[in-house]
Amino acid sequence: MSAAATARVAAPPAATLAVVDAEGARELRLAGRLDAYAIAGVWSDSRAALAAAPDRRVVVDASRVDYCDGGGIAMLVDLLRQPRPPEAPVTVRGLKPEFQTLLDQFQPNELRAPPVEPAERLHTVEEIGRAALIVGRDLRTQIIFVGETAAALWNAMRDPQSVRWKDVWYTCEQVGVNALPIVALISFLLGIILAFQSAVPMRQFGAEIFVADLIGLSILRELGPLMTAILLAGRSGAAFAAEIGTMKVNEELNALTTMGLDPVRFLVVTRILAALLMVPLLTLFADIIGILGGALTMLTFNIPIAAFLHEIDSLVDVKDLLAGLAKTPVFAILIAGIGCLRGLQTEQGASAVGISATRAVVSGIILLVVVDGIYAFIYYLLDV
Amino acid sequence: MSEPIIRVEDFTTGYAGKVLLKDINFTVERGEVFVILGGSGSGKSTLLKHMIGLYEPMSGRIFIDGDDIVTAEGDARRAILKKIGVMYQSGALFGSMTLLENVRLPLEEYTSLDDDAMDLLARMKLKLVGLESFTGHMPSEISGGMQKRAAIARAMALDPTILFLDEPSAGLDPITSAELDQLVLRLARSLHITFVIVTHELASIYTVADRVIMLDKRTMGIIAEGDPKVLRDTSDNPWVRQFFRREATAEAA
Repeated sequence: MSAAATARVAAPPAATLAVVDAEGARELRLAGRLDAYAIAGVWSDSRAALAAAPDRRVVVDASRVDYCDGGGIAMLVDLLRQPRPPEAPVTVRGLKPEFQTLLDQFQPNELRAPPVEPAERLHTVEEIGRAALIVGRDLRTQIIFVGETAAALWNAMRDPQSVRWKDVWYTCEQVGVNALPIVALISFLLGIILAFQSAVPMRQFGAEIFVADLIGLSILRELGPLMTAILLAGRSGAAFAAEIGTMKVNEELNALTTMGLDPVRFLVVTRILAALLMVPLLTLFADIIGILGGALTMLTFNIPIAAFLHEIDSLVDVKDLLAGLAKTPVFAILIAGIGCLRGLQTEQGASAVGISATRAVVSGIILLVVVDGIYAFIYYLLDV
Repeated sequence: MSEPIIRVEDFTTGYAGKVLLKDINFTVERGEVFVILGGSGSGKSTLLKHMIGLYEPMSGRIFIDGDDIVTAEGDARRAILKKIGVMYQSGALFGSMTLLENVRLPLEEYTSLDDDAMDLLARMKLKLVGLESFTGHMPSEISGGMQKRAAIARAMALDPTILFLDEPSAGLDPITSAELDQLVLRLARSLHITFVIVTHELASIYTVADRVIMLDKRTMGIIAEGDPKVLRDTSDNPWVRQFFRREATAEAA
């Protein structure tokens, strides 16, 4: 091995410890370089040597220490603060003056971790009460938000001039136009998969043609609206929460408030209006692409597109399309409303924005599914 | 002497039941540059946020040009807010708008001027702060000092009678900070705007302040009030002297 390679492998003068038992006292002779990288072994050895002589004086001889940084000082402080009987103290001697000034900054005993106060155990009833209080507060902000938003939307309807339409169109582009590719991709795949998975077993009964009805009904009534809404909750709901959350962290919301401009009117109404305009359109688009995907798949099962569409036409009617589209305004309000609410609830700090975006997506999707269930129930009762 | 433009009476505030400032009383005179100073955690930014109506105090009243901002709601509150402009510590420019659009926003919301007129007004405000050639820039494209100047331009869009500046020199180099001081002095002298500034930047305080109050977390109140240079030379309060002479506390030294 070359000399250079050896030099690279060899550590700088490492810290060493020699324990010498002299008369009446035990000496810990430290030498070399005391830094955070070199002292781990020496530190535990010194502690052990200290513990092995509980009733003798211990002198830490640091006269041969060439270098000592914060790590070394911490080790010395640690040795000095070990609980010892008064007749067997630990002392440090011979430390170079420049290192001694570092050591003198610390009183060994003041660095003890403050005693952990045992967490106050609450009575179960009190805990339930506190949890209820938190839920109640959260509910209160949500109700206030719903009220403020409803009032702002009402004002926007009465006085359309007051709406910042430029922002609405911009948000429409973000929510609607820019979401076209992903909505197209997912609904096309959905159509293909639905058609293929159902056509294979149906073929055994020679009933492939009814795949058209299956696809028509399920996409128009359920999957088109729901998938579009879930996609938008993940895409735009999170974006709204993050955008408004960042504005809050940057004090932009405060700036709006002190200009006398209501953040709800300014930020929430524009986003809800944009979602109200875009979600039905995107859903319609998803319906068409999904059915197209199904029709193309059925070509491989020797069912021409014309026959596929004719079959859909015979069983599926406009009522089914409308039943699906009737959900979209509610979905739109949910997606945009929750995204904005979570954004407005953002606390301070960068991680808070991430938390808000996550909460927007999670609570958005949960509510979408719940509302979709309610719609299914109502349609069942109304026999739609 | 005319009625003070801001009057804070028996003001107490805190977080989560813990009192931070207690029984604060002071007034700000019309047209003066008034500086609130104090160490970190003394509550000076909190006090400013109360004065602009963002927080609700535990008790007390804050009169802005005769109207109490603590109790005002709806249109009355908007009327008070129209008289004030605020520059936040971070600038708080709207990131999705150009500088011109930022300054135009209050005009669009409060006036019925036509597009050209609003543009001209906004450009004039940006010219006042020396940013006339950056009107089309987004806030992220300009430096921190420029963002603060743009924020002042936006705060001045509706020609407020009072401008609140939260830590104008935070994060700025000494030259930019001094330029901002000159801007404050120029606006105060030429447009007779009252300034309320929160800072702990000594150089800036000596340059701009007509009068200061100093908050201290140990007393949760005002420990000094007056001309900063006089306070520096004559105050008998050791904490005040320490602050103005930039000394470390005796125990740490």
